[in-house]
Amino acid sequence: MSEQSEHLVKSFDQDLKRLTDMLIRMGGIVENQVALASEAVMERNAEAATRTVEEDVKVDALEREVDAFVIRMLALRQPMAADLRHIVAGLKITGDLERIGDYAANVAKRSIVLAQFPAPYSMGGLAHMLVLVQGQLKSIIDALGSNDSDKAIEVWRSDRAVDDIYNTIFRELITYMMEDPRNITPCTHLLFIAKNLERIGDHTTNIAETIYYAVKGEVIPDVRPKGDTSAYAVVRPKE
Amino acid sequence: MSTTMSGQQEQHNNRGGVQVHANTALNEAKISIENVDFFYGEHRALKSINLDLPDRQVTGMIGPSGCGKSTLLRVLNRMYDLYPGQRATGNVMMDGHNIIAPDTDLNSLRSRIGMVFQKPTPFPMTIYDNIAFGVKLHEKLSKSQMDERVEWSLTRGALWTEVKDRLQTSAMGLSGGQQQRLCIARTIAVRPEVILLDEPTSALDPISTLKIEELIDELKHDFTIAIVTHNMQQAARCADQVAFFYIGEMVEVAPAAQLFTAPKEKRTQDYVTGRFG
Repeated sequence: MSEQSEHLVKSFDQDLKRLTDMLIRMGGIVENQVALASEAVMERNAEAATRTVEEDVKVDALEREVDAFVIRMLALRQPMAADLRHIVAGLKITGDLERIGDYAANVAKRSIVLAQFPAPYSMGGLAHMLVLVQGQLKSIIDALGSNDSDKAIEVWRSDRAVDDIYNTIFRELITYMMEDPRNITPCTHLLFIAKNLERIGDHTTNIAETIYYAVKGEVIPDVRPKGDTSAYAVVRPKE
Repeated sequence: MSTTMSGQQEQHNNRGGVQVHANTALNEAKISIENVDFFYGEHRALKSINLDLPDRQVTGMIGPSGCGKSTLLRVLNRMYDLYPGQRATGNVMMDGHNIIAPDTDLNSLRSRIGMVFQKPTPFPMTIYDNIAFGVKLHEKLSKSQMDERVEWSLTRGALWTEVKDRLQTSAMGLSGGQQQRLCIARTIAVRPEVILLDEPTSALDPISTLKIEELIDELKHDFTIAIVTHNMQQAARCADQVAFFYIGEMVEVAPAAQLFTAPKEKRTQDYVTGRFG
């Protein structure tokens, strides 16, 4: 993620490039995981689900590799200023990507259970959420590769839309469950799937904030859009 | 049945980055350097320097060789007066008086602003006399008062426990690190207000260096300190504020945590990240 002229010590540039490459590679695998998880849910594709879970091993291994590499760079290079910000950002981003991978794997696992039930309702909302989350993830990995703080802020702003759909799905699913208790099992899984996607959006937002700080040296000058209001939802039986 | 939302939208101020420098408060200026130029003959070695040294805090000065940082230290205690053809213009204000005005009493100035150099410079005399020598120039003390002052200085210089049993032996027998702490103790002995350190640890091993840095941390409670160093990590460890100099200009001054995490100027950024070419 180094955007400027070269260091006097050339191998430092190579190290920084290697860090960026590792993060982009990790981002690519995670992106693929989310795409596979999406297929697993929408197409009821058990094979895609299995592959999503399998990919997680690679992501975990890369995370450990990035962690070790960052610690090594901090110790041996004693980075300052933009270098320091980028290296620490690498450590944070790898953590966020790893979590996204976990959420994708969890979505995939639930899709296998879900496939045993008839679809309780239209999956339109979830399909839309999947598209949005994948689009954001792709954008943020592009921003990571190009040190693009404008793009990062764009992604950061767009998380609101994901939260809005999540709130809608949340209410919709509760209604289905109330209508017919046989819906409770599939709807609960769907609820967790939606929540996992919402969390993926949050981690993508974290990455956006981290990229912005790494590039600019300051935090995003705005309050984070926080749209998940399901924590306040109250369900009341009819009087 | 109904599903209702209650409560307000949650407004989180949850941000990814951190303001690492938010808590660095700088004290009022002990010394204010205003528009200072310095000339070695025709050569203008400092260009319109403006810099405050905050009271009882450490100012680090960094920059490549020849950038003017040591020259600025030499201005602060009028060291340059010893050399013909060297002159400073502008104001260096300390307690309302301009240090570089011609009427400044240099002896009194140099007792108020002490200086420690790169290489330890103990006098070829006993440890005790190294401390007492400077004090005698400025004050008349009885033997017991002088003993007290020597102990106080060596204690503040973090050397007392190591030398208290051999005060009457030659200072030349001390290790490099001990000699440098002796020089700091000697500087403190005349009870200055400001201490200037010109690369005080560049000739020392890492452990001696850390001892001096610990000492600086200790001394800043009572003295205003300016330290010139080539070691950026040292500036990062010791200084409250750091000034970056380049070819006679002061490019940027900021609290240390800010300068080393998010400098404003590109030249500072290039220098602290090792990109200068």
